[in-house]
Amino acid sequence: MTEIGKQGKFALSFRATELEARSGICAVAQELRLQGVSEETAGDIEIALAEAINNIVEHAYAGVEPGRIRVICSFQQSRLDIRISDKGVPLPAGELPKGAPAIITENKQDLPEGGFGWFLIRQLTSDIRYDRLNGHNRLSMGFDLT
Amino acid sequence: MSLTSTVTDHARIITVNADRIDAAMAIQFKEDMRTETEGGPDRVILDLSTVKFIDSSGLGAIVASMKQLEANRNLDLAGLTPVVDKVFRLTRMDTVFNLFPSLDDALAATADH
Repeated sequence: MTEIGKQGKFALSFRATELEARSGICAVAQELRLQGVSEETAGDIEIALAEAINNIVEHAYAGVEPGRIRVICSFQQSRLDIRISDKGVPLPAGELPKGAPAIITENKQDLPEGGFGWFLIRQLTSDIRYDRLNGHNRLSMGFDLT
Repeated sequence: MSLTSTVTDHARIITVNADRIDAAMAIQFKEDMRTETEGGPDRVILDLSTVKFIDSSGLGAIVASMKQLEANRNLDLAGLTPVVDKVFRLTRMDTVFNLFPSLDDALAATADH
């Protein structure tokens, strides 16, 4: 795992459509594996990244011409920091959702079909931070690579 | 079509012709599941062994596929790869479905009933 510790950084940007988001998510996950991140950790990161990016596609740019999403990944020793920025609308109330777990009901017809995203992000990151700066949303997610 | 299905005596087996069930394909997946599960045996087995990645939209589409089946029918899941398994466990949806390590295991379980 030591070779992950290199001080590396890579970035990409894409339009906030479902298909371009898929390509962007796959490209980041592939690069992480190339950089030596373990299969399991890369899978965790890909889940959190997909949830964060899908939120931007579905909510931040909802009902408007899809803008761009920029992703910057920085390795710092045994840590990976991913910053995702967009120019869409801010998060509701300007803060991160609590991400409570979905309620698993006895009755199958009442089972939730959504609302898992922020819960998954909070479970899979070691820390998370949201800022609204000059009309940009910036989400920072930290991952422990050890 | 994102899915292919075959019918045995006891179950309809559905395989996924994609390596991801994500936001870009969730709606198509749910529609294709509706088409593929029309009629046939009460038991439906979804073979997920080709699926390397799922997000919450894909998970929601699988839950929706189960809910759109008639009340007397079951959706069982087979061949969950590591990332898919993790998403089911974290969201506790692993407690809602019968999960089998492989399609063979799922089919073997038929004989017990």
